[in-house]
Amino acid sequence: MRITCPICGERDRREFYYSGHAMALDRPTEDAGSDAWDDYLHNRDNTCGEMQDLWYHEMGCGAWVVVTRNTATHEVIATKLAEEAAS
Amino acid sequence: MRFSGLRVIKEGLTGNKGWSAHWRDASPKDAYDVVIIGGGGHGLSTAYYLAKEHGITNVAVLEKGYLGGGNVGRNTTIVRANYFLPGNSEFYSHSLKLWEGLEEDLNYNVMHSQRGQIVLFHSDGQRDAAIRRGNAMRNQGDDAELLSVAQLKRMVPYLDYDQARFPIYGGLLQRRAGTARHDAVAWGYARGASDRGVDLIQNCEVTGIDVENGHVTGVQTSRGAILAKKVALITAGRSSQTAAMAGMRLPIESHVLQAFVTEGLKPCIDHVISFGMGHFYISQSDKGGLVFGGDLDMYASYAARGNLPLVEHVMEAGMTLMPMIGQAKVLRSWGGIMDMSPDGSPIIDKTHIDGLYLNCGWCYGGFKAVPGSGHCMAHLVATGTPHKAAARLRLDRFKTGFGLMDEEGTGAQHNLH
Amino acid sequence: MRLEGQGLLDRSRRIGFSYDGRRYLGFSGDTLASALLANDIKVVGRSFKYHRPRGVFSAGSEEPNALVTLGHGPGQEPNARATMVELAEGLEAYSQNCWPNVDFDVMSVNDLFAPFLGAGFYYKTFMWPKAFWERIYEPVIRRAAGLGALSPEAARQKYDKAYTFCDLLVVGAGPAGLMAALSAAEAGADVILAEEDTRVGGRLNAEREEVEDQSGSAWVQKIFKRLCEMPNVRAMTRTAVVGAYDQGTYGALERMAPEVAARSGAPKATFWRIVARRSILAAGALERPIAFQNNDRPGIMMAGALRAYVNRWRVCPGQRVAVFANSDAGHRTVADLQAAGVHVAALIDVRPEAECTLGIPFYPGAQVSNTEGRRALEAITIKQDGDVEKIQADCLAMSGGWNPSLHLSCHMGGRPVWDERIVAFVPADGTIPGMTVAGAAKGVFSTAGCLQSGVEAAQAVLDDLGIKRAKVSLPKAEDGSYEITPLWSVPGKGRAWLDFQNDVTVKDVTQAATENFRSVEHMKRYTTQGMAPDQGKNSNIAALAVLADSTGQGIPETGTTTYRPPFIPVPIAALGAGGQGKGFAPERFTTSHDRTIALGAPMIEAGLWYRPSYFPQVGETHWRQSCDREVRMVRDAVGVCDVSTLGKIDVQGPDAGAFLDFVYTGMMSTLKEGRVKYGLMLREDGHVMDDGTCARLGPDHFLVTTTTAAAGQVMRHLDFVQQAFCAKMAVRFVSVSEQWAQFAVAGPKSRTLLEDMLGQKLDDTTWPFMACGHVSIGDVPARLFRISFSGELAYELAVPARYGAALFDALLSRAEALEGGPYGMEALNVMRIEKGFITHAEIHGRVTALDIGMQGMMSRKKDFIGKTMAARPGLVDEAREQMVGLKPIGTVKQLISGAHLFNPDAEAQSENDQGYITSVGFSPELGHMIGLGFLKNGRARLGEQVRMVEHLNGISTLCEVVDPVQFDAKGGRMRG
Repeated sequence: MRITCPICGERDRREFYYSGHAMALDRPTEDAGSDAWDDYLHNRDNTCGEMQDLWYHEMGCGAWVVVTRNTATHEVIATKLAEEAAS
Repeated sequence: MRFSGLRVIKEGLTGNKGWSAHWRDASPKDAYDVVIIGGGGHGLSTAYYLAKEHGITNVAVLEKGYLGGGNVGRNTTIVRANYFLPGNSEFYSHSLKLWEGLEEDLNYNVMHSQRGQIVLFHSDGQRDAAIRRGNAMRNQGDDAELLSVAQLKRMVPYLDYDQARFPIYGGLLQRRAGTARHDAVAWGYARGASDRGVDLIQNCEVTGIDVENGHVTGVQTSRGAILAKKVALITAGRSSQTAAMAGMRLPIESHVLQAFVTEGLKPCIDHVISFGMGHFYISQSDKGGLVFGGDLDMYASYAARGNLPLVEHVMEAGMTLMPMIGQAKVLRSWGGIMDMSPDGSPIIDKTHIDGLYLNCGWCYGGFKAVPGSGHCMAHLVATGTPHKAAARLRLDRFKTGFGLMDEEGTGAQHNLH
Repeated sequence: MRLEGQGLLDRSRRIGFSYDGRRYLGFSGDTLASALLANDIKVVGRSFKYHRPRGVFSAGSEEPNALVTLGHGPGQEPNARATMVELAEGLEAYSQNCWPNVDFDVMSVNDLFAPFLGAGFYYKTFMWPKAFWERIYEPVIRRAAGLGALSPEAARQKYDKAYTFCDLLVVGAGPAGLMAALSAAEAGADVILAEEDTRVGGRLNAEREEVEDQSGSAWVQKIFKRLCEMPNVRAMTRTAVVGAYDQGTYGALERMAPEVAARSGAPKATFWRIVARRSILAAGALERPIAFQNNDRPGIMMAGALRAYVNRWRVCPGQRVAVFANSDAGHRTVADLQAAGVHVAALIDVRPEAECTLGIPFYPGAQVSNTEGRRALEAITIKQDGDVEKIQADCLAMSGGWNPSLHLSCHMGGRPVWDERIVAFVPADGTIPGMTVAGAAKGVFSTAGCLQSGVEAAQAVLDDLGIKRAKVSLPKAEDGSYEITPLWSVPGKGRAWLDFQNDVTVKDVTQAATENFRSVEHMKRYTTQGMAPDQGKNSNIAALAVLADSTGQGIPETGTTTYRPPFIPVPIAALGAGGQGKGFAPERFTTSHDRTIALGAPMIEAGLWYRPSYFPQVGETHWRQSCDREVRMVRDAVGVCDVSTLGKIDVQGPDAGAFLDFVYTGMMSTLKEGRVKYGLMLREDGHVMDDGTCARLGPDHFLVTTTTAAAGQVMRHLDFVQQAFCAKMAVRFVSVSEQWAQFAVAGPKSRTLLEDMLGQKLDDTTWPFMACGHVSIGDVPARLFRISFSGELAYELAVPARYGAALFDALLSRAEALEGGPYGMEALNVMRIEKGFITHAEIHGRVTALDIGMQGMMSRKKDFIGKTMAARPGLVDEAREQMVGLKPIGTVKQLISGAHLFNPDAEAQSENDQGYITSVGFSPELGHMIGLGFLKNGRARLGEQVRMVEHLNGISTLCEVVDPVQFDAKGGRMRG
């Protein structure tokens, strides 16, 4: 499996750490309520197909990368920096 | 038809002409008391115990593919009860007890073999954790023993005690743990349920769940609509998709777990061995293949196949722990889809919809849970109240924070358990 | 029997080898299989279940019968395919799965019991009496099962792993693969050509066929030479591509030639990860057997394999050969045999309309219905138009047609499609991104067709990659048609084998269907069809055809089972190369490592690091003696401990304080310059992630420390929080864990030591407790932190890592002058337990700040990671287990980490569980063992008694619940 780091280019999956859905970028406010926080931390659409998830280029530049990927085929469709996706 | 050695001999002498179907292939009726979505191990065992324990036989098991085609047919066959947190402890203890009578109960040889599982530890800290775990097992009434290195050397001399990167400090042994023939478990439950009148319906995909005024009323399927008083979602690997049909969003992320088998070898590994410093667990099947696995590939996936980094990591772990397996050749690798929950533990619960029950989140511990899960799920569906062995497997524990069962201590990140 | 003629052997080089202890000779170029056949060895294996004698069946890696063990003792290789073993001087091979020997195997008695051992019989019996399964039935079954044996002792054999990259990976170097590689290479693409065989050429090495008016094998050598001369081509023989993975990654196993592997330091095999922009699957096709009664006797083999043995290796396994086929393959085989001077007893052609001009007994529209012979084929029975005739034959070649070798195309879950034209499955398009299929693997069976298919596939790849095509001329070659009459099994009584390896017969499959194992996956799993070492390469298609017949479904509707990696079995040693011994994980050493070792300290693992357990002195025979002494030394004088393994993260920027406020529970932005603060980080789920210190070295400059275990996790976390939530903040940070060596100098004399060394005052005014700042040791810039993990007056002194070893030496000599010295992890642990300081034994991932009594550190003035979820009702519940200190008060004075806690009179059962112990040590100061643990509502229970029960060692003792801080509760020693 190969993933293109927006900074370093195409790299082997071994260089990356994975941490789940990119919804982690949309942190609720402190007072958003227990449902919003439960959804944020636990509940997932868990799509079979195209979704966006977060990969950390741990063995490279340290960038968190949002990867648009197909969970049924493992196709990598696009990547961008989490920093840009979040802002 | 009752199975026995005598029957095998009689049939052998008469040309094996008398054997019949192990289960009936049914066509869907218009309505059932209970519809179970998912014909895997857990769905089939739920159907069996509904019929056997609760006399509820107007039951259909709807399976999109073939019976036992999910994780019950693609795991590393390990059966154990070595958890240490309340919730898991009593549940897996309950399940192990059901395993111990399963062959007689089902009249089907599932080859449950209590060959013992040894979990190795490699540091003082890990020893402390093993002691905590072992005591939790004993407190629960299950067996656990601490093995010294000297004892280990006698029992499993083939481990690398001298050169390994992480030296072996000892092991935690559960003698009652072991393995079983995974497919046979599904078939045995299917036969038992079918014999008691349950309809097993293969190639029947559920496409919708009907809910009226907060009550479930039935399901839509590729073979037509079916009315149901109660519906049980037992589709680990696809839980999120089935639950979505009922408008639910689950605390589940699907991940791929790979496993491996080697060519047949003469007996060399008698126990189930688990490495403590890298995910690696291994046993030898009755056919002689070494069956082993490791950790998740770590990325969300429904592909039921993995990639090389994990493959190589597992093999490297094997080589550091027991280098004598180096000349065994990997024959086949495969992947299953794991329902990973935020604390690594399962869910057996009601839902906010009346009559709709949920069984999911087995992470990669689902096989050994098959009898217990079915037994407790049947109890819940039949009586509306949780079985005491599964009362803590609640869906709302993540939201409330009560009774989290994070055995790994890695927190609410689905893939870390 | 060896035939006249050259073949592809080097007849000038004789090679001696042994089989089952007897010496034989072969030639360079032989495989073990061809050499055994040349020496007239018929029985080379025993079947799995019935222990039937079996002979060489194929000439490739799909071989089901000729599995042998190579060598003996550590490193012996079981289940080697004799067909793939290159003959080498001194090769030792042994038959396996037989006793006392392969010719006479006691277990062949199983064959007599075959009626009782049909598909799935074991699911129906061995259930009574219950205890017999594990004690009797299963051990007997296990002993009988299995093929070869591993040595119980490991060998240190070298295997390698490597990466390589290319534009185009061509899998298989038959006519299609060669032309594909050539076409792409001539256009300038980087090409890897991988061929499983020892030589390129594929079937052209096995057939009598001409390409470009020369022998096929001569043409192959010409092309191969040209490829080898091109700098952009890497031709890898002995290399099987075994798996297709995501984004163009392929796994491949390269076996070293015996003479290469024998060189010092050379690996036996290398596992390659090949990253290819595109690939062409040109893996050829596998010939399929026909099921008929007793079709498994030694001497019966595939027709294509027989032609390979005759043409390439110049051996023939028999002297009277019969041929049974459902296509022109039979005629081709007969012609080759005749050309080699072998007597052909009969050609049995399934096709009624077939004609034969070869001048041999010819049976059109006929079938072989049975065979005879115990350890070798003696006769076959031919059924033709209701007539039955028996003829003598000692070798039978059969061909039921060819199945494209499409396995790799299915490794990503793609399903093949049925092609009625060739009565076989062919790869579906696009199942592997970037892969195209060419030649026989695609169902193109003529040589001319394969050559052309290879060129076309390469051209498509070139177009796709935007590389200009080069002109390639298509060589002239055989362009015959392929017409077969499908025949999967010959009707009749008796057992007709499908899966030779697992002893699965036609009856097993039909019985499975009767028993409702009608899905192809059920049939496979119930009968074990296709689960043997060949993974059904020989038998799957015929088996599913038989199943389709039984269920009344068509073959395409029945479908195949799933082909999964690896394509051929791969040794664990190759996939796990480098993992043996210490290679499994990196080893991290501190700068004081060498000196520590020199001092005789036993090292323990701390994650990937090594740290000293204790520093034994002369006369000390037990670790406790050393540990107690080191604790007293620190408490009375001064001790030195390398703490460099702790994570260090340098945080800088105008917004550094604000950023740290967000990741710590406490407020860091208000920390004064030159001061250190203890901090707690939570995970977003509200549980404690890590603890450590945060030092403010300048207005915009902080240094954060983490625990050794969590250094990576914290860095990852900070990167995430910053990039995800604080991207606009002016803050940057970097891990400097390895850039700084850091030493704790602890004890009442630490101030004297350091004042002397640094030449400056370090009193409570200039360097109060929790002060930090820049100092220098001579010319070397250093950092000094007045922090304490021991509860003593203590400092941590950090220098750039290159000075670490020197500083450690200097600190030790100064400490020794003050009656101090080094201390290790054991003493460190005792002292921190005395002080109630936590480590990851306590913050094990399931505890909250409240659980460890640090709720006061949760700032109410700001949001921070974990704040909201830490307020979940279940995380602030009073009944939770809270951290307490424990001391034994019963007759047994021992505490054990991991033991559980109960009320004194309660049974030690789960429902009564009150908590557990996390850390214990012997306090020389207090004179008894002390512990930390978690107890339900523990803080409210100080002074109560609880019982510790440790079942595994059979120890139980009464404890008093005490404050976690058991030594110097007011902290006067530490604060000075």
